[in-house]
Amino acid sequence: MTLITRILSKIGSATVDAVWTLGTASVFIFRVLSRSAIVLRRPRLLVAEMHFAGVLSLVIIIVSGLFVGLVLGLQGYETLKRYGSTGAVGTLVALSLVRELGPVVSALLFASRAGSAITAEIGIMKTTEQLSAMEMMAVDPHARVVAPMFWGGFLSMPLLAAIFSAMGIIGGYLITVVVIGVDSGAFWSQMQASVDFHHDILNGVIKSIVFGAAVSSIAVYEGYASVPTAEGVSRAVTRTVVTSALAVLALDFVLTAFMFTGVH
Amino acid sequence: MIKKTDLLQLSSINFAYGQTQIFADLNVGFEAGKVTAIMGGSGSGKTTILKLIGGQVSPQQGHVAWGDRAINQMKHNELYSYRKSLGMLFQFGALFTDLNVFENVAFPLREQTALPESAIKDLVLMKLHAVGLRGAQKLMPAELSGGMARRVALARAIALDPSLMLYDEPFTGLDPISTAITGNLIRTLNDALGITSVFVTHDIKASFKVADEVILLSRGTVTARGTPSELLDSRDPLVRQFVQGEVDGPVPFHVHSEAYRDDLKLESEERNW
Amino acid sequence: MDRSMVDLWVGLFVAVGIGALLFLALKAGNVDSIIKSEGYSVSAEFDNIGGLKAKAPVKSAGVIVGRVSSVNFSNQSLRAVVKLDLNKRFQFPKDSSASILTAGLLGDQFVGIDPGGSLENLVAGDRLRITQSAIVLEKVIGQFLYGKMSETNSD
Repeated sequence: MTLITRILSKIGSATVDAVWTLGTASVFIFRVLSRSAIVLRRPRLLVAEMHFAGVLSLVIIIVSGLFVGLVLGLQGYETLKRYGSTGAVGTLVALSLVRELGPVVSALLFASRAGSAITAEIGIMKTTEQLSAMEMMAVDPHARVVAPMFWGGFLSMPLLAAIFSAMGIIGGYLITVVVIGVDSGAFWSQMQASVDFHHDILNGVIKSIVFGAAVSSIAVYEGYASVPTAEGVSRAVTRTVVTSALAVLALDFVLTAFMFTGVH
Repeated sequence: MIKKTDLLQLSSINFAYGQTQIFADLNVGFEAGKVTAIMGGSGSGKTTILKLIGGQVSPQQGHVAWGDRAINQMKHNELYSYRKSLGMLFQFGALFTDLNVFENVAFPLREQTALPESAIKDLVLMKLHAVGLRGAQKLMPAELSGGMARRVALARAIALDPSLMLYDEPFTGLDPISTAITGNLIRTLNDALGITSVFVTHDIKASFKVADEVILLSRGTVTARGTPSELLDSRDPLVRQFVQGEVDGPVPFHVHSEAYRDDLKLESEERNW
Repeated sequence: MDRSMVDLWVGLFVAVGIGALLFLALKAGNVDSIIKSEGYSVSAEFDNIGGLKAKAPVKSAGVIVGRVSSVNFSNQSLRAVVKLDLNKRFQFPKDSSASILTAGLLGDQFVGIDPGGSLENLVAGDRLRITQSAIVLEKVIGQFLYGKMSETNSD
């Protein structure tokens, strides 16, 4: 076989594999969703998973949000200073955070903090036969274990993204208004004049909801489909983080193209 | 090897994992009220039998019947309601690592019943007492020895008073005392609760002491079946090899391979000399 | 961790999350845009709208009084048709004029309304008759150069 045909056949089989996995994952997620009534019946399960996915991600989200805001404020100020419009720094910080950085960066952090933990937890439960044991006790692990984890992650994501954006704006305010001395009134009023609730904030929230669904789906699927060995689980965790990051960035491009461009 | 009166019947089972054939035309039945041991070398499909009975895998051909119901044709809900009458002990216990001993045993009760907390507490303590671990109720699974973990898992498996108990390698990795305790528990639980027990093992000494009947699996089908004493007296070379634990015999030591000479390429080297 | 502690933390998390959303909506965004205030729609035709887009503000005397809801091209008049959503609180005489202006030299374009003198007010569905198109920078520069050239020619 020549090199070219070998490369082509590699690409071909990788594509078939990817489509196959996508199909299996979709069936799995559909099964989990169709057995999600337990989340409403026993909200305590959901609360526990929101603690696992949301509360435990708070520190990294708050700290990162603050730092991203500080950097945005500083960079924005330095750039806008040349045009003498430093009052617009609030607009710059708020729009970048609400539209893009808030949903995207918090989704990436969420994937590496909570997504990996979800995959590891499900993978280890599978490896130690806890999921099998549940099945044999006539308890469906799709409903009892996976569904609360999925919904916990799904519901936490938009809240985390909002906290990230809010912290970022506060960070931008701290560095430009408090430290550098940009006029506080200009900072807020210019921001308010250009940040639209429907167009910017709502679209940002929609993005974070989509990212939450994507990352949670990938995390629970990779955990459930992991090879039940120590190595298998560690590979699954890596795949969760990598696939989530790619999915978030690709989805962000598609959503941005729909939301913020073209004729309104 | 199936009697009409058998509680559990596996008839003409063909089963394969991908390309690997596990069972070819397997026929085996389990009598109600008896303790049956399934034995065989590694990879002979012992654990797969338990998975077939539990409905976790389905055979490509054949039937797994529980009374007059076919397990392998059950719908999701039907299968789950059937499983409520099963108890299964996993090889390493499979305790829920984030719950303590008490909560592990309470888990099936909380999931499957609407009992008040006081009743759950009574039941859990009763089950833990039956396996001699009432004093360990506050411990986490990580703090238990292998033998204790398995006894907790046993208490959890009998929490819902099953009518069929399945044990996957109950003696693996246990010291002689724990092995004796576990074997004794299997026997007494079976007789005291009037249930049917099936266990899978390759521990000959322990299983011959506990079981009413022993089934020997080899090459995807049943090669011998009988009471422990019948198997001990058997003249079948395969049974003898297994029971005596001989290295070579009908079950060859070597995996099927090319001639050793060819693998080492002795001929070509000879020619070079 | 104790169960009630988990509940407390999750409750706190949800509260902070919703608080952050409210902060974004009320402090970072403009409150007016959340409540879709009752408004009325009027239209205006322009020869050239320049870079005007939907959602651009409509201002009168510098105060935002509404937003551009859509921008279209009319096959009959062969001009641009701009629909304006005006806030009900603001009333304008029927003979008011609309012009397309630019915020600063390179800023976004918006619609400005200059009130007329009529006693009757605009109602929903009305059309602003007097309009002034956007100033297109290229044209201005072109005219300026043309003027300069004719000046030098006449000298």
